[in-house]
Amino acid sequence: MYNPQAGQSMGYGQPPGGQNYGPPPVSGHSMGYQQQQQSMNQYGTPFSGKPAMGQPPPSKAPMGGYNAGPPPPTGQPMHGQQNQNGPYTNSGGPSSQGQQYYGQQQQQRVPTSIPNQRLPQAQYGVPPASSQPSRGPAPSQLPTQMSELSISGQPPLPTGQQQMRGPPPPSNTSQAPNAYAGYSTNQPYSQGAVPSSNAPGHWAATSQHQSMGPPPTNMGPQPTSMGQAPASMAPPSMAGPPSSMSGPPSMGPPPSGGAYMGTQQVGPPSGHMGQPGMSGPPSSGPPMAGGVTPGYGYQQTGAGMVGPGSTPPSPGMGGGMPAGAAMSMGSAGMAASHAGMMQQPQTQAPQRRLDPDQMPSPIQVIEDDRRTHGNQPFTTNQRGQVPPLVTTDFRVVDQGNCSPRFVRATVYNIPCTQDMLKQSQVPLGLVITPFAEVKPNESSPPVVDNGANGPIRCNRCKAYMCPYMQFIDGGRRFQCNFCNCITEVPPEFFQHLDHMGRRLDYYDRPELSLGSYEFVATTDYCKNNKLPNPPAFIFMIDVTYNSVKNGMVPLLCHQLHNLLERLPKETDQEESSIRVGFVTYDKTLHFYNLNGALAQPQMLVVSDINDVFMPLLDGFLVKLSEAKLVIDSLLEQIPVMFRDTRETETMLGPVIEAGLAALKAADCAGKIFIFHSSLPIAEAPGRLKNRDDRKLLGSDKEKLVLQPQTTYYSKVAQNCVAAGCSVDMFLFPNAYLDLATIGQVCTITGGQCFKYNYFTAASDGERFLFDLTRDIERPIAFDAIMRVRTSTGIRPTSFHGNLYMSNTTDVELASIDCDKAIDVEIKHDDKLQEESGAFIQIALLYTTIRGQRRLRIHNLSLNCCNQMADMFRSCEMDSILNLIAKQSLDQVIHATPKAIREVIINQCATILTCYRKNCASPSSPGQLILPECMKLLPLYSNSLIKSDALSGGSDITTDDRSWLMQSVNAMDVASSHVYFYPRLLPLHNLDLEATNLPVSTRCTVDKLQEDGVYLLENGISMYIWIGLHVNPDWVQNVFSVQSPAQIDIDSGKLLQLDNPTSIRVRGIVEQVRKERQRYMKLTFVRQRDTLEPWFKHFLCEDKGFNGGASYVDYLCHMHKEIRNMLN
Amino acid sequence: MATYQEFIQQAEERDGVRFSWNVWPSSRLEATRMVVPLGCLFTPLKERPDLPPIQYDPVLCGRPTCRAILNPLCQVDYRAKLWACNFCFQRNPFPPQYRAISEQHQPAELIPQFSTIEYTLTRATSTPPIYLIVLDTCMDEEDLQALKESLQMSLSLLPPNALVGLITFGRMVQVHELGCEGCSKSYVFRGTKDLTAKQIQEMLGIGRMAGQQQRAPQQQQQQQQQQPMNRFLQPVHKCDMSLTDLLGELQRDPWPVGAGKRPLRSTGVALSIAVGLLECTYPNTGARIMLFVGGPGTQGPGMVIGDELKIPIRSHHDIEKDNVKFMRKAIKHYEGLSKRAAETGHVIDLFSCALDQTGLHEMKSVTNNTGGHLVMGDSFNTALFKQTFQRVFSKDVKTEFKMAFGALLEVKTSRELKVSGAIGPCVSTNMKSASVSDTEIGMGGSCQWKFCGLYPNTTVGLFFEVVNQHSAPIPQGGRGCVQFITQYQHSSGQRRVRVTTLARNWADAATNIQHIAAGFDQEAAAVLMARIAVHRAENEEGSDVLRWLDRMLIRLCQKFGDYHKDDPNSFRFSDTFSLYPQFMFHLRRSQFLQVFNNSPDETCYYRHMLMREDLTQSLIMVQPILYAYSFNGPPEVRTDRILLMDTFFQLLIFRGDTIATWRKAGYHNQAEHENFRQLLNAPSDDAQEILQTRFPMPRYIECDQEGSQARFLLSRVNPSQTHNNMYAWGTDGGAPVLTDDVSLQVFMDHLKKLAVSSSS
Repeated sequence: MYNPQAGQSMGYGQPPGGQNYGPPPVSGHSMGYQQQQQSMNQYGTPFSGKPAMGQPPPSKAPMGGYNAGPPPPTGQPMHGQQNQNGPYTNSGGPSSQGQQYYGQQQQQRVPTSIPNQRLPQAQYGVPPASSQPSRGPAPSQLPTQMSELSISGQPPLPTGQQQMRGPPPPSNTSQAPNAYAGYSTNQPYSQGAVPSSNAPGHWAATSQHQSMGPPPTNMGPQPTSMGQAPASMAPPSMAGPPSSMSGPPSMGPPPSGGAYMGTQQVGPPSGHMGQPGMSGPPSSGPPMAGGVTPGYGYQQTGAGMVGPGSTPPSPGMGGGMPAGAAMSMGSAGMAASHAGMMQQPQTQAPQRRLDPDQMPSPIQVIEDDRRTHGNQPFTTNQRGQVPPLVTTDFRVVDQGNCSPRFVRATVYNIPCTQDMLKQSQVPLGLVITPFAEVKPNESSPPVVDNGANGPIRCNRCKAYMCPYMQFIDGGRRFQCNFCNCITEVPPEFFQHLDHMGRRLDYYDRPELSLGSYEFVATTDYCKNNKLPNPPAFIFMIDVTYNSVKNGMVPLLCHQLHNLLERLPKETDQEESSIRVGFVTYDKTLHFYNLNGALAQPQMLVVSDINDVFMPLLDGFLVKLSEAKLVIDSLLEQIPVMFRDTRETETMLGPVIEAGLAALKAADCAGKIFIFHSSLPIAEAPGRLKNRDDRKLLGSDKEKLVLQPQTTYYSKVAQNCVAAGCSVDMFLFPNAYLDLATIGQVCTITGGQCFKYNYFTAASDGERFLFDLTRDIERPIAFDAIMRVRTSTGIRPTSFHGNLYMSNTTDVELASIDCDKAIDVEIKHDDKLQEESGAFIQIALLYTTIRGQRRLRIHNLSLNCCNQMADMFRSCEMDSILNLIAKQSLDQVIHATPKAIREVIINQCATILTCYRKNCASPSSPGQLILPECMKLLPLYSNSLIKSDALSGGSDITTDDRSWLMQSVNAMDVASSHVYFYPRLLPLHNLDLEATNLPVSTRCTVDKLQEDGVYLLENGISMYIWIGLHVNPDWVQNVFSVQSPAQIDIDSGKLLQLDNPTSIRVRGIVEQVRKERQRYMKLTFVRQRDTLEPWFKHFLCEDKGFNGGASYVDYLCHMHKEIRNMLN
Repeated sequence: MATYQEFIQQAEERDGVRFSWNVWPSSRLEATRMVVPLGCLFTPLKERPDLPPIQYDPVLCGRPTCRAILNPLCQVDYRAKLWACNFCFQRNPFPPQYRAISEQHQPAELIPQFSTIEYTLTRATSTPPIYLIVLDTCMDEEDLQALKESLQMSLSLLPPNALVGLITFGRMVQVHELGCEGCSKSYVFRGTKDLTAKQIQEMLGIGRMAGQQQRAPQQQQQQQQQQPMNRFLQPVHKCDMSLTDLLGELQRDPWPVGAGKRPLRSTGVALSIAVGLLECTYPNTGARIMLFVGGPGTQGPGMVIGDELKIPIRSHHDIEKDNVKFMRKAIKHYEGLSKRAAETGHVIDLFSCALDQTGLHEMKSVTNNTGGHLVMGDSFNTALFKQTFQRVFSKDVKTEFKMAFGALLEVKTSRELKVSGAIGPCVSTNMKSASVSDTEIGMGGSCQWKFCGLYPNTTVGLFFEVVNQHSAPIPQGGRGCVQFITQYQHSSGQRRVRVTTLARNWADAATNIQHIAAGFDQEAAAVLMARIAVHRAENEEGSDVLRWLDRMLIRLCQKFGDYHKDDPNSFRFSDTFSLYPQFMFHLRRSQFLQVFNNSPDETCYYRHMLMREDLTQSLIMVQPILYAYSFNGPPEVRTDRILLMDTFFQLLIFRGDTIATWRKAGYHNQAEHENFRQLLNAPSDDAQEILQTRFPMPRYIECDQEGSQARFLLSRVNPSQTHNNMYAWGTDGGAPVLTDDVSLQVFMDHLKKLAVSSSS
């Protein structure tokens, strides 16, 4: 799904009759679409006639019923929060109310509708007094501070609305549980819709409420306009006067003292309660007790589902939810909802709405961090220093701790005890990218040669010399900071100490002053005590019918000799030391003798695939310069030789074994690149069955297709690891090829899979070549062993990433490159001391591209704390997300999707509850208080839950799902961040002078303007969404056509036009691509085109395809959970 | 017919047959008392340029169990157009096309002088011969280069439509696809893995063809049939360029050979693949696998020795002590291959050139069972190999290759006689018939034998048993008949049938023993006995065989000698027997039965040649010929003589001390010593003559007395004068031979003593 073939191929536009794996027609169609079709059919819901949300069917409706999903021409949102235009949003209610939805914007636009606006305002109940204090601290300016964001439940007003809507208020509340049940019951989120069909009126009401509720925090400016509490609103959360902190009664001084700046509260509970009453419609019910508030969350959920103003009873959900699913939810859900309705009435009514804009915004956080840290040096001289975000451009100055590019901790202040950590549920771990590329203005880890005796190490724990080792005894001995053992300083390393107890050569020796450095390893660190040979790359090309037909073989062979010029070399090298070899295969293996002395290459066919061996010795692996002519001749010959092949069956196991055998024969480490196109069904080791059943995805049985069908590949992979043979696969499938099974080879050997569905050389060639180029040239290390050493008291327990472990401590990596990250979970086995802190040393023994054996050391020192607040203040949200994501993915083949989601939700709730309990000042339970560092946790965890990698359902293929899981498994923090929260860049209002990227927009459909154009990217693919009302000039400039309707959205390429807009747009696309590890395929999505639902499913603040909650809903649910826990 | 001598000679010339007994004892009991079994040496394809070309099929006897072919010995009723089978006495009508037959107008097969006649079957399709080269690449650069050149040269000797293929091996086995453009292509097999024929065919992508053919329509079928041929076996005229290049680019096996190691050589697998390849692509079509090895197989099935140089390759001593790790398995492997090749009618030639042994002992079955050539030399870079190899492709007077393929020799006998076995380069097809005897000599139990490769000089020893009971005497003048029917693929691709029909008189040994004795062919008998002895020696203790030979000789002397009991001096042998003891003396000492001083490989090579050569050559092998060139005197080792010894395997010129001195002094270059020059050249000229014709080329040695090479001579001559007796014998200028062997004189004396002894 991710890389569908043609530009438009996201494929919703295909007729349902399309075969899943038929040959890709030019227009392409993706499985995703078919999946949809299937599932719909399954549920038997005729989609055709039913416009969602009661909107008129789109005029164009090229794709029949399914189109119901995407918004109607007016761009009516599915999620209710957004539409400014919604003239008919409130079909059920007074038009004035409709305007209430829109929070600030609305206000600005329709200032006249004051009363209505007041209404929501009132709901937030931000009384001037209370709000003032809440704004007080400027958390982001003071890194040490915590800021809290509270979203207070708003009780009463609902009544007013209820009146308008007619249906009794309680019903709203009752719905909620249902809606949330979606999370826990593994039912599509749309469940919420069920009731709606039963009680349309009631839903209308809900939506009404929902629309009312912009959350207060971020809304700063708006309130002022209300005239309600101008003073309090005025300061945006950051700008609030610090002094005000002390003011609010709710802000108890932080227990740990000054360092911990107050929480930021919006609307103290009491105030809250009061407010609504005041502002609410006069007739509204009695003010509700704060405690009741929980109810409101649910309503929102329900509302969210139905969408604002979508009063019509039609359950046809938007957002690609199969309506059928909703229908089929069965009576259980309904019953529940009814039951809920019964109970709730008394508690009732806290119906409020969160304004999405008020909820913590990642964009805000990113921008704030950029403002604080951007383009500044980050000096790593302090223990437990939280680094800038990955999205921020900063320069690292290594002064004793390694750069955050290499290692990021989830928490920079580790709780001293296990209990604390357990209570908080904050995952403790590291995300290590040992070979991350450094910025041009930063220095790479220097190489230290300690001579024949090798690096200095602690006698006991074998930790390597590092800045934290304490020299004593006049420099004759040193004490290990990890295990406290005292070791003699070898005479050749001895140096006197200065008055500070520091060695005189402190600054001369990187291992005494830097966080990252490398040692030259001696033969003791080599296999068989023999210095390694330079590594090799072996290209193994599938030459069956499919691969030749789709143009892969000709393209690859044509380009490969250029790409080989890019083999990685060290800076002082003329030519890369890496040797290359070639193999082609179908049901047999063809090795090539490229001996430079030969007039023409020799092909050696090995047909004994059950017992693969290396048919030749010399001449298989050659240095480029020595056999250039023969290689060229070979690459010319391969497409010719196999031009007319009829072979369709292929194999894979023997191919890997062959590569392994070749490297073993050459006695070197290396990487094999496999270019493969189909399921290995030939009679050979590693033969696979087609067991695809994508209907299982998302169900409890999904692990049946997501776990390997045979252990063969993992065994082969383990053999590969032992020999330092890494496997990268470039896959060109037209059908299922069981990535879950074959992909293991890559994940275990530190390799990577690249996948090009329905590849054609014309449309995907560029992307493929780019990826291949990068894969060839990126910095890489071979045959590595990583060991993480920690201070006594904690220890690394589990590791995630593309790696293999034969024991519990050594991470074996056949190769690791700059893009691969390894997550390490850390656990306590004893107490830590606050004063001494905690140290981590990551040592990675590896072979360089020229065949040198080295040790790369990264050191990191962390603080330890006895106070929860300290920990919460130094969390690194993006790393936490990365770690949680990988932990969750590990569970996919063990647990049910539902259980996994629940774990994440629970963890999220527990973390927030813990914070609330331990760090926030006492406040009404109705308030949602979030730690500053983790205020995005709800959003991110929700995104994680909804992500295709974790819960991709039957609208993506099994292979896509596996591929995403494997991809995420190796992601570093930057990649995972953008994957889970895609970047949405407006392209229609560009500052043509600027060179940097425009400020991104929140990932919600509410933010898409009809007259706008947006670039969405998640590190894997990218989309340009084009509103139908976009400025024709812009269209002309960029696409050279008159109107958006004329744009050729299939092209997937931006025209090379010579005007500032075009140049700028292309520049942005290029820049974005450059930031990512993969070449992202560009897809154009025209508003209301068939692809739009697919595009929208990346908008992770909205509801997801498979019933994923919207941000608002999730946050509300979270709030409820927290309250449940608190109670 | 004058003498038996002439009769025998004529029979040999006309029919290629030499019987040990030319008058047959008429009862079983008597026959067994003749000591030397009734047998013959038969040369099926004896060169007969005078045979008429007969382009029709032979006429067969109508009795299904007989199927003998019409021959001059049949009684013919010209009027009734009937003929009586001389084996089963069935009366058969002539086929319609013979209706014009009359006493004046006879078909060739009825004319007595054509007791041997050859039919060319016109209906059978003719196929070009196939040559599959299997080449060892683990050898010296020089050797390999020479071999490559020889092979390249051989391409020009092949008929243009012949198919050729190439397999090379070292550590791996490579099957080369011929005729690839741009990128040479080969299939590689691991040399350590024994693959079944089916696996090999699948891996080469040729096994599948059969299945596809069945499904495919007719037209495609033809294309598909072309397929396997096109890939690995191509007509010479199409691929000689690419094959020449391929051979030219061929490198030595690149895998490193550690110090103290032998190169890893996968002979067994290579041969297995070659057999498998031909087996499925060209079954029952004439094909030769030509295997060139430069050393022993050191890995995989058929390995002869491990790669550790410190462990020497097995010797006879090791074999005797059963201290041979790989031998049995290897023999089994090659026997299996030879059977498969024989089954499909393919020849396997073995060209082995190395200073050490290469495992011929283990591999011998592949040549012995398929009628392939076995050539042993020191290096491929020698004239011995080069000429021998060239001679494989030599042509006869009709410019046809002197090789035939896939021959079946069937023997039919009249009722009193049954065939008990054959010894020669063939395999039994286990064809049962009334002519098959219960007692076996050599390969018995069959009346038919298959010769995958057959040459003009190929000679098989056939043994018969007289089954007529003493109580049922054969009427006077009765004759026993034998018919040999040889079907084969001629080198031109034609199927031909050669029929030889013979008859011999019966005689009652009780009354006419002298007739029988007069019909004794001592040369044939010696060679037949040698074949039996060697055949037994393959499977039995050498000493047992010698004892058996001795016993047989003594018994023969007792039976046919003329003597008084216990008086050795009275012993006399008639002329027809007189040379026989001498042959036995030399046979006993020969390298065929004495393994001392020979490696197992040499032994097997010598035996191989003995098993296939005709009588004359075999006799040379048994008793070398020694010519002396001197200004006077008998051929003895003397200083003033030049000796030329022909042992078949070696051709040796031995210059006595005096001659050598003269030669060194350069007398032969002086005009006044012209006669000396002639003397010096005479043996060389004679030697050249022999060298020209013999296959394989003998080792040609020129040496001087006291030279090291002289040992070849000294080991073979009759040690009439040794260090033991030289002082006793005296002073006539002869030089002693240093050996413990007894001289012929001593042997004869002893023999006489035993023959006349009443106790034995």
